[in-house]
Amino acid sequence: MDALVAQLQMQYRNYTVSLYQQGFLDDQFTELKKLQDDASPDFVAEVLSLFFEDCVKLIGNMARALDQTGTVDFSQVGASVHQLKGSSSSVGAKRVKGLCVTFKEYCEANNYEGCVRCLQQVDIEYKALQTKLQDMFNLEKQIIQAGGKVPQVDIN
Amino acid sequence: MATTSTGDIEKTKSVEVKKKLNVLIVDDDPVIRKLHEIIIKSIGGISQTAKNGEEAVNIHRDGNASFDLILMDKEMPERDGLSATKKLREMKVTSMIIGVTTLADNEEERKAFMEAGLNHCLAKPLSKAKILPLINNLMDA
Repeated sequence: MDALVAQLQMQYRNYTVSLYQQGFLDDQFTELKKLQDDASPDFVAEVLSLFFEDCVKLIGNMARALDQTGTVDFSQVGASVHQLKGSSSSVGAKRVKGLCVTFKEYCEANNYEGCVRCLQQVDIEYKALQTKLQDMFNLEKQIIQAGGKVPQVDIN
Repeated sequence: MATTSTGDIEKTKSVEVKKKLNVLIVDDDPVIRKLHEIIIKSIGGISQTAKNGEEAVNIHRDGNASFDLILMDKEMPERDGLSATKKLREMKVTSMIIGVTTLADNEEERKAFMEAGLNHCLAKPLSKAKILPLINNLMDA
């Protein structure tokens, strides 16, 4: 059992580090994890769940705003992009945040093609992050079920 | 509609009740409201939330609201942070108000926000490390 726990813990460490190295996550995610304790044991999962719901809602708003026949209201698109940038920044979703920066620039330039490209990329990226984090949480569950503790991962 | 999350009230040996820091979190983003709620809870405070500046102002209209601290987002629908801060100060609200801006906000925008009546301005994302020194000063005052 100890060997299994050790193996799972190593897998978890490597996987988590890879998420930072590949740019999916940044230091703000580390700050988020630090806030989780016995009093708020599901805090990270709750915040991320809210974030992914936010992504669905805001990307839907952006898509509808860009789909207007006639003149697109880029300020309306930009407002949703701004909000997504804020929430992605707050959870440490580095790639999503980075895309929002570019997206906002296209909105300010009234660049329709640029906005559409960014919208597609944002949709891909948040879904990719969601899958990666689900895998990470599954590893945490396996460690706990095997009788072990989820290790703190030092990114630096 | 504003929601409340409360913590336990501690009692000291001398039977006095030690009041916890009471915070109003004003942000249109549910992710950020949740994050700030937990940050406040982690430093021993209790919080109430509002989805925009108009809700924050309405909470204070009956004159009974009493917050030690208000975390005020800048850009919100219905009433933004600048307008809400101005209105609260006109209503003689004396709570410490910390404006929460983004890195994209330029110096002029931050200055205008401060001049609306803020005590401090912090850039998102907030963290315990950013907010604790300001709150310690508030508790010591």
